Amino acid sequence: MSERLRQRFADPRPPGEPLFIPYVTAGYPRREDTVPILLAMEEAGAGVIELGVPFSDPLADGATIQHANQVALEQGVTLRDCLAFVREARARGLQAPVLLMGYYNPILALGEARAAAEAAAAGVDGFIVVDLPPEEAASFLAECRANHLSFVPLVAPTTSEQRLPRVAAVADAFLYVVSVAGTTGGHGGVPDALPGFLDMVRRHTSLPLAVGFGISTREHVAAIGRFADAAVIGSAIIAAIDAAGRQRPVERVREFVEDVTGH
Amino acid sequence: MASDVSLPARFGDFGGRYVPETLVAAHQELEDAYAVARGDPVFQAELDDLLHHYVGRPTPLYFAERLTGECGGARIWIKREDLAHTGAHKINNALGQALLARRLGKPRIIAETGAGQHGVATATVCAMLGLECAVYMGTEDIHRQSLNVFRMKMLGATVVPVDTGSRTLKDAINEAMRDWVTNVATTHYLIGSAIGPHPFPTIVRDFQSVIGREARAQMLEQAGRLPDVAVACVGGGSNAIGLFHPFLDDPVRLVGVEAGGDGISSGRHAASLVAGRPGVLHGTKTYLLQDQAGQIRETHSLSAGLDYPGVGPEHSWLKTSERAEYVSVDDRQALEGFQALTRGEGIIPALEPSHAVYHALALARSLRPDQNLLIGLSGRGDKDMHTVAAALGVTL
Repeated sequence: MSERLRQRFADPRPPGEPLFIPYVTAGYPRREDTVPILLAMEEAGAGVIELGVPFSDPLADGATIQHANQVALEQGVTLRDCLAFVREARARGLQAPVLLMGYYNPILALGEARAAAEAAAAGVDGFIVVDLPPEEAASFLAECRANHLSFVPLVAPTTSEQRLPRVAAVADAFLYVVSVAGTTGGHGGVPDALPGFLDMVRRHTSLPLAVGFGISTREHVAAIGRFADAAVIGSAIIAAIDAAGRQRPVERVREFVEDVTGH
Repeated sequence: MASDVSLPARFGDFGGRYVPETLVAAHQELEDAYAVARGDPVFQAELDDLLHHYVGRPTPLYFAERLTGECGGARIWIKREDLAHTGAHKINNALGQALLARRLGKPRIIAETGAGQHGVATATVCAMLGLECAVYMGTEDIHRQSLNVFRMKMLGATVVPVDTGSRTLKDAINEAMRDWVTNVATTHYLIGSAIGPHPFPTIVRDFQSVIGREARAQMLEQAGRLPDVAVACVGGGSNAIGLFHPFLDDPVRLVGVEAGGDGISSGRHAASLVAGRPGVLHGTKTYLLQDQAGQIRETHSLSAGLDYPGVGPEHSWLKTSERAEYVSVDDRQALEGFQALTRGEGIIPALEPSHAVYHALALARSLRPDQNLLIGLSGRGDKDMHTVAAALGVTL
């Protein structure tokens, strides 16, 4: 487990204020934007940062993040490039925990042991691997543990209560709760069923819960704060970069995160 | 309970269920339902009845006398899946899975299609069973398979164009998965090849194994013995695994033929087993065409149905365990195979099995006249006339 990540969730926060977890795809819109975006996210009040590792076939992502992946891949951004971005951001003073979010094949291609060891050395805190459910995660989970990295499992509205202990068992820092069945990039906000679902999840874990998918505004994040420990926004940040014609993306991200956190 | 009826999730080290959490429950539900259905005589009786009266099974085993004479080697036998309803083997699986979906109470079916044969087969069984149907298809494939697109629409299906990535089968699968993640409560994803997360490779193989079971019995009856070699084309590999599986315990050499496109050395091909390495795509661990960083490569083949960067995980297992061998045949050779069968026997094959035909004829020449070679002819070639004409420089 990442001590930095555990500590970040343990740090005192004003009541009802969730940790904010912004996401950006590495290499989007340009390679040279990623490190400044990570630093700007922290300055603007991000609690934890998710850095998306581009993949050619992001089948859990909606059109916005698919496109960001494609643009990053056109610039040849690899998993090792993502590690280099984090290493550089740490050298420039980034303190926030950073999770790499993506798909399994780039990790397999680099090698699970090497991916985990190099990630730890670069200052990464953990992995969210969309297509690696607990049943398939044993070997990578062991590599994460050996390198003091957190493995963050996802919980979905379709996850049954009987299955929750199995999912919770692989978590060590927090669980990522997918708010709606669907791809990233929805705008549905906070579903009515979410509080009840979170209650069910809490019956099977004492770890913090982060909520993502369908969360796109400051109001959504504030609402999440009443029920969960953290809220994730991804597609809306990419969309904010796109809406500005990809001009001055670092400033667009900074403004977006400041607006959500009130910094 | 699931633990009483669960099916093996892996073929050696290959296979598995690498899916987003949202889809885990649907795969488990499908696995449980299928494990019960395959032991249920009522389900099997309905399937068998429809395979006979609706699909037209058993399909014939044909002795290709003229091609045998021309090659001067092994006796050549052809398993005629081109004569199944809708013109290809795809209907075997589409029918079986649609019956399963009805058992699961899911009124909506989605599917991906490359050449359009699986899309047509799915639209067909949905029309017959009264199920809603949406078919995802890459815009590149929509262009080269316009006849099948129109057939699907006539059958009442919605054809959803996919304009991402290489705009072919791989991208259609991504988009179908996204639909399924969003609509999983009401929808069954009717995967068309022996690929994807567990239990799909097992389900598709079981429903397609009717090809090999019939062919095995027909060889024994008509040739008086088993074939020495069985040859089939491999894209995702459903017709090949269907043909091969019933022969796995027999002394029969099994040869899968992948799409060599412009040639393996050109890098423009779809030969995952010949030129790829293991990885995870579309929920399964299998041989993939990928770059050093694990990004999936774009593929090329004249035949839309073989234009896929992965392959069914059981084929990966048959390759590494050396029970089957895999070779590639390029676009130009496939056209030769197409013409040889068309002119030699009056059977117009689809471009996909034309790959198998080319390799089989070469193989037959190297065998003795007392040996027997079996070709899986997965579908008919009507859909490919525009592509063949263009490749031969003819304007229709």
